[in-house]
Amino acid sequence: MSVRTPLPRWVDVALLPALNVILAFLIGGLIVLAVGQNPLQAVGIMIGGAFGYGLGFGYTLYYTTDFIFAGLAVSLAYHAGMFNIGPEGQAYVGGLGVILVALALNGLHWSLMFPLMIVAGALFGAFWAFIPGVLQAKRGSHIVITTILFNFIAVSLMSYIITRILKPEGVQSDESAPIDAISRIPRLGEFIGLFGRSPVNLTFILAILALGFVYWLVWHSKFGYAMRALGHNPTATRYAGISSSRMIMITMALAGALAAMVAVNNVGSVQGRLILNFVNGAGFVGVAVAFMGKAHPIGVALSALLFGALYQGGQELAFSMPGITKEMIVTIQALVILFTGAMGDMLRIPLERLFARGATESGT
Amino acid sequence: MNYFNDLILILDSTVRLAVPLILACLAGLYSERAGIVDIGLEGKLLGSAFGAAAVAAVTGSPWLGLFAGIGVALAMSGIHGLASINLKGNQTISGVALNFLAAGLTTFLGQSWFHRGGMTPQLNNDQRFNPIVLPFAPELAGVPILGPIYSELISGHNILAYAAFVAVPITAFVLFQTRFGLRLRAVGENPKALDTAGISVTLLRYQALIITAVLVGIGGTYLSIAQSAGFNNNMSAGRGYIALAALIFAKWKPWPALLVCLLFGFLDALQFRLQGIRFPVIGEVPVQAIQVLPYVLTIILLAGFIGRAVAPKASGIPYTKER
Repeated sequence: MSVRTPLPRWVDVALLPALNVILAFLIGGLIVLAVGQNPLQAVGIMIGGAFGYGLGFGYTLYYTTDFIFAGLAVSLAYHAGMFNIGPEGQAYVGGLGVILVALALNGLHWSLMFPLMIVAGALFGAFWAFIPGVLQAKRGSHIVITTILFNFIAVSLMSYIITRILKPEGVQSDESAPIDAISRIPRLGEFIGLFGRSPVNLTFILAILALGFVYWLVWHSKFGYAMRALGHNPTATRYAGISSSRMIMITMALAGALAAMVAVNNVGSVQGRLILNFVNGAGFVGVAVAFMGKAHPIGVALSALLFGALYQGGQELAFSMPGITKEMIVTIQALVILFTGAMGDMLRIPLERLFARGATESGT
Repeated sequence: MNYFNDLILILDSTVRLAVPLILACLAGLYSERAGIVDIGLEGKLLGSAFGAAAVAAVTGSPWLGLFAGIGVALAMSGIHGLASINLKGNQTISGVALNFLAAGLTTFLGQSWFHRGGMTPQLNNDQRFNPIVLPFAPELAGVPILGPIYSELISGHNILAYAAFVAVPITAFVLFQTRFGLRLRAVGENPKALDTAGISVTLLRYQALIITAVLVGIGGTYLSIAQSAGFNNNMSAGRGYIALAALIFAKWKPWPALLVCLLFGFLDALQFRLQGIRFPVIGEVPVQAIQVLPYVLTIILLAGFIGRAVAPKASGIPYTKER
């Protein structure tokens, strides 16, 4: 009886993750119900807030941009067999690169500034992920612990740099000097009227390109093959003559560079300055996005959109239903990580039984 | 004499700040020794702090608060166990999920129940664990050197703080002198050997998780209804992660864990003390430089530059019985 029939591919790829997400939302709904609020009404308000009008939709896509980058940063490392919990810190340090290049060349037209900010941010973010990569590759320090610690080190380091070095005199709030309007990455609203004054900007296009790039890199390049080989079987990889330590370091650096694009979206465009704690949890959402999206760019895009809608809809919800705070979104995020990540196989065995029975019945 | 009094004051706050670290660190010790990585300590601290404060506020009893705090930690350990022992899921992911769950739910439920922006109502002294004055403490305060040490440093903490310090020798005894301790260490190193000997790996790991929950539950309770008078948003503030770092630093041993937690507590106390003070050569020490020290020290240790931290062998790996 212990012979297990593997699930059909579509069930494994689409149905199982979808059921897990539905389960996470059902439990979220029960929690909302438990405090005496109407979950269906909440969902209605959130959908309306996230997609119902141009400005709201623009905000949704702005958050989606952040979550795509953070999700890709986790996914990429995951393919190489590493759990990168560090996008939060990598994005934060990436912000330093973005603001340094922007303030040094302040006044440059955005079309030139945009690529420079991408490169500078990517270098800083890559550096912040590269160190845990080196420590894992050369010294065997566990990447999960080191990336968590590096998030904390980033908080202290950046708070020192922002409050003591970058903060101009006479400014009350903890932030750097502003980037000139001409140097900022333009909002999509300037080209497409629908989005109005919403913060979604050209970085969103960059996020779409990044999805394509990661797809190509992981599944259609030699490097990606080596990366997946490392993730599946490190021993076989070594016998195949692939240097695992080199792979680990490069993959982590790439992941850090992707995470740093969160900073381009925020520092380089919307805020136009480096603000204390600007990442504000977006890096951690990346963990949920990556697990929910099964580390595949299409999955990452869809789950980033879902979380983008949750974040924007959640803001709306806080106005319309004061009984539900936006922390409910963090709870949903937790449930999604729990059910799609840690308990992802809970429904696998019942589903296998179901499909195995279906197969034998149709066979006879 | 003045410097001596300063030192006593700093050491006194060192003890206060170290208590939740010690409890969380010992909690992590039990589960990691049994082969279960517990990234979720942070969330368990936060969740039990909320549970304790909410129940203490409603019932007025700190003891019921303590039970609630431990109860919350037990429930969270249950989820962790279900995911990582029964379903053989990834323990790190499950821990991360628990941290987010605590961060989200405490604020959400706090706001729904108490309408104070996620905080619980301010507790009065009857609803909290209060400092205990040890016998003769006031009388002996005047005795030079030993007087302040006894009456300031040793006396005047609450019962949960003393419990934390008592838990260290008990843990050392249980772990290294009892049959249960031997099995616990074995299940973290080589679960198959235990399984072969007819001992249930699942049961042992759940037992470890229960002890973990009790200890971290006391730690969370200490945060909200002993050290403070109510729950604040995100009041664990990374202490669970620091405790995890301390655990690695202490190489998964109880007595070193106590020392490392005291060291990290001391750094924390120092950071408040040094704010705005200028030193002759180096000038003002930035707060951030001290805040970051525990993390940097742990990284250096993990990189193997000061000794080697080797985790229990089976830690993080779900156990699958052969079919």
